[in-house]
Amino acid sequence: MEQKQSGTGSSLVAAGLAFSLVVLTFSTIYFFLKRTWWFPEPISAFAESIDRQFGRTLFITGVVFFLAQLALGYVIFRYRDRGGRAHYSHGNTMLEILWTSATAVMFIGLGLAAERAWASLYWMGAAPGAMQVEVTGKQFVWSFRYPGVDGLFGRTDPSLVNDAAGNPVGLDTSDPAAQDDIVAPTMAVPVNQEVEVILRATDVTHSFFVRELRFKQDAVPGMIIRLHFKAEKTGTYEVVCAELCGLGHHRMRSVLRVLSQDEFQAWLREQAQEL
Amino acid sequence: MAEAHAVAHEAPKGFIRKYIFSLDHKVIGIQYILLALAAVFVGMFLSLLMRLHLAWPNAKLPFYDVMTPEQYLALMTMHGTIMVFFVLTTAPQSGFGNYFLPIQIGAADMAFPTLNMLSFWLTFVAFMVMLAAFFVIGGAPISGWTAYVPLSAVGEIAGPGLGWGQSLWVISIAIFCGASLMGALNFITTTLDLRAKGMSLMRMPLTCWAWFVTAILALLGFAVLLAAGILLLLDRHAGTSFFIPGGLVITEKLIPHEGGSPLLWQHLFWFFGHPEVYIAILPGMGITSHILSTFARKPIFGYRAMVYAIFAIAGLGLSVWGHHMFVSGMSPYSAFAFSLLTMSIGVPSAIKTFNWIGTLWGAQIRFTTAMLFAIGFVSLFVSGGLSGIFLAQPAVDLPLHDTYFVVAHFHIIMGVAAIFGMFGATYYWFSKMFGRQMSEFLGKLHFWPTFIGVYAIFMPMHFIGLSGHPRRYADGSAVEFLGPLQDVHYFMTIAAIVTMAAQFIFVFNFFWSLRKGKKAEVNPWEATTLEWTVPSPPPHDNFGGRYPTVYRGPYEYSVPGAAKDFTPQHTPDGSGGGVH
Repeated sequence: MEQKQSGTGSSLVAAGLAFSLVVLTFSTIYFFLKRTWWFPEPISAFAESIDRQFGRTLFITGVVFFLAQLALGYVIFRYRDRGGRAHYSHGNTMLEILWTSATAVMFIGLGLAAERAWASLYWMGAAPGAMQVEVTGKQFVWSFRYPGVDGLFGRTDPSLVNDAAGNPVGLDTSDPAAQDDIVAPTMAVPVNQEVEVILRATDVTHSFFVRELRFKQDAVPGMIIRLHFKAEKTGTYEVVCAELCGLGHHRMRSVLRVLSQDEFQAWLREQAQEL
Repeated sequence: MAEAHAVAHEAPKGFIRKYIFSLDHKVIGIQYILLALAAVFVGMFLSLLMRLHLAWPNAKLPFYDVMTPEQYLALMTMHGTIMVFFVLTTAPQSGFGNYFLPIQIGAADMAFPTLNMLSFWLTFVAFMVMLAAFFVIGGAPISGWTAYVPLSAVGEIAGPGLGWGQSLWVISIAIFCGASLMGALNFITTTLDLRAKGMSLMRMPLTCWAWFVTAILALLGFAVLLAAGILLLLDRHAGTSFFIPGGLVITEKLIPHEGGSPLLWQHLFWFFGHPEVYIAILPGMGITSHILSTFARKPIFGYRAMVYAIFAIAGLGLSVWGHHMFVSGMSPYSAFAFSLLTMSIGVPSAIKTFNWIGTLWGAQIRFTTAMLFAIGFVSLFVSGGLSGIFLAQPAVDLPLHDTYFVVAHFHIIMGVAAIFGMFGATYYWFSKMFGRQMSEFLGKLHFWPTFIGVYAIFMPMHFIGLSGHPRRYADGSAVEFLGPLQDVHYFMTIAAIVTMAAQFIFVFNFFWSLRKGKKAEVNPWEATTLEWTVPSPPPHDNFGGRYPTVYRGPYEYSVPGAAKDFTPQHTPDGSGGGVH
């Protein structure tokens, strides 16, 4: 038979394939450890908790990846056809039970460990006294609305949306509460201040994504979604859209400035004057 | 158990009944495979244009000059749609399944040959309608293969391609759903009713189990997608508001709809969409098991566990659609359930991997091209499966969702692994289907750049995802943090060009071997299952009217005491086949 003749060929192929798997395994692990391309530094305790869970997951999957790929490389080299007869076996029930239970405990345990960070963001509301910012997505700009001195968001009406007149969210100025609302094209928050984000979209679905906060949430037309964060490092961070929203999706960008309390108040006054 | 002794239909005369509107499952299987082969080259060409644009956004490209963002998004939408529906769903299940399910269970044809013909031709029509979207005013849709509403529901006001292009897209998908439902019914009935004497369920090759369970998933999934598609079509053209909420303002125009829910589309779409991943990959898993056992010269390790794992993956696969929606605005409490169910899929997936390695343990491996692709499948399945563990946890999904990390994950597990299953199947069964063998030399020449190439494309892609690179961006020029990632785009594009070029070796081998390949024997791989008992290619009714009786399981290799190292399923006990 043809296969039998390729005795030398098959050890070359076996060695080549095993070697490729070794190179794959070590180069992948190298780049995960080297972190040339990686998450940016986290700027909140929440982001740090996500990173810790990511690290746990990376450790467990890394070990499994290492063992599985190298085991595959080992068996294909070790058990290449050398002219004998294969070992006749239909399996081993004890081994099946062992590795089934081991992976079940490992993966489900990991899944349970991940719920704490999720719950802190989604199952609990913002802390009392949080500052509110309404974030509105539309093709292809973000608008950020602050309630002004009265602390109340005024009424909006879709029929009043008019970009040329500087009313991107359709603010209804006949409502007294709307008159001091501040609408800005970029976002600013004070450092170490709990912020409640109120997410809306007026046309199609968008997604509010700030990498440094490890924070991403779709803004869905017809829904109002509330989330919260507390940024602990001052700086300027990019806000991008992460849900396909049309031809300008890739340029739907803004920035989040995390400022000291004084700088933030100055920024807010500046925005109010521009209205 | 029913015996498939009645030939469902006479051998056709005339070219048209024989090759075009054929009722023969083997011809229909080949028709599906050729359709998928055409589709995969269309899809690959679209991805080549996308990759060139991502690496050199200002370069002039064939057909496009300098590509606009909407052209990029149209390519992306059509690439995903064509690959998922007309390649990954079409070839492994409808193509190879159609050809080999009846033969492997000892039947003359599928249970419903006319329905079978109809499902192929509907799939063909669906493909033509889909391609037509390129040529209508506004071009192909830009809403992605997921067609999220309201973007896909409100018409061209929301962007180019969302008028006629999007309508054709929905119509094509609805036709495809109808075809898949007919195919699924046929597969299920055939498996349950047409098995030969002695072919108990637990003696079926794992390929048949995979096709059977895939058909069940298709029946449940495509029914829901069909409903969703019809609702979307009504929203677009009949003024209904299933998916469109009130108060939408698009380019300062108030949209006259109210009361619909964008999340409803996502639930319906992913109720289909997640099982679809398994529709694409389960046949590949079956084929991989089949090839590994053949060339390891060993019974499959833990056959029963493998069957149960297929069912577990399918059952869990039907109940985890919400993991695509962790950040969609759905209830954060349901995320908890979806997450744990998703993590649980890791368990049957791990069983499969362990058992594949167990099958190779103590083997005498013959490194045919089919075997190389099967081993490649196992490696890719591990790599692509493990990145799923990150995405299955809602908290870890937050920074990764809708980034290139997801793109890397599903390309490795659903795209490339499934395609490795198809390559394995082609190199393994080509001689049976066409009566000539493919060149093993060219096959290996195809394998190496493909195996190394796909990892070179998709491993680095994880890292730009970790860096936060959102997917579906026509270019990265507007966002500062994407600048440093451009080098990775260059690397991936060059890797993609090399890998795509290597695919022409396959095409050449395929068509060259059709005419010039070595004449095939009945059983060139010394394999045990029923397809290796019939001539290459098999006659019209597969078994020439003499239906086999099955005496043993599908993978009796290296049985102690047997004269040869393989004992075919139809070998009676006590005829030199060794102990069972």
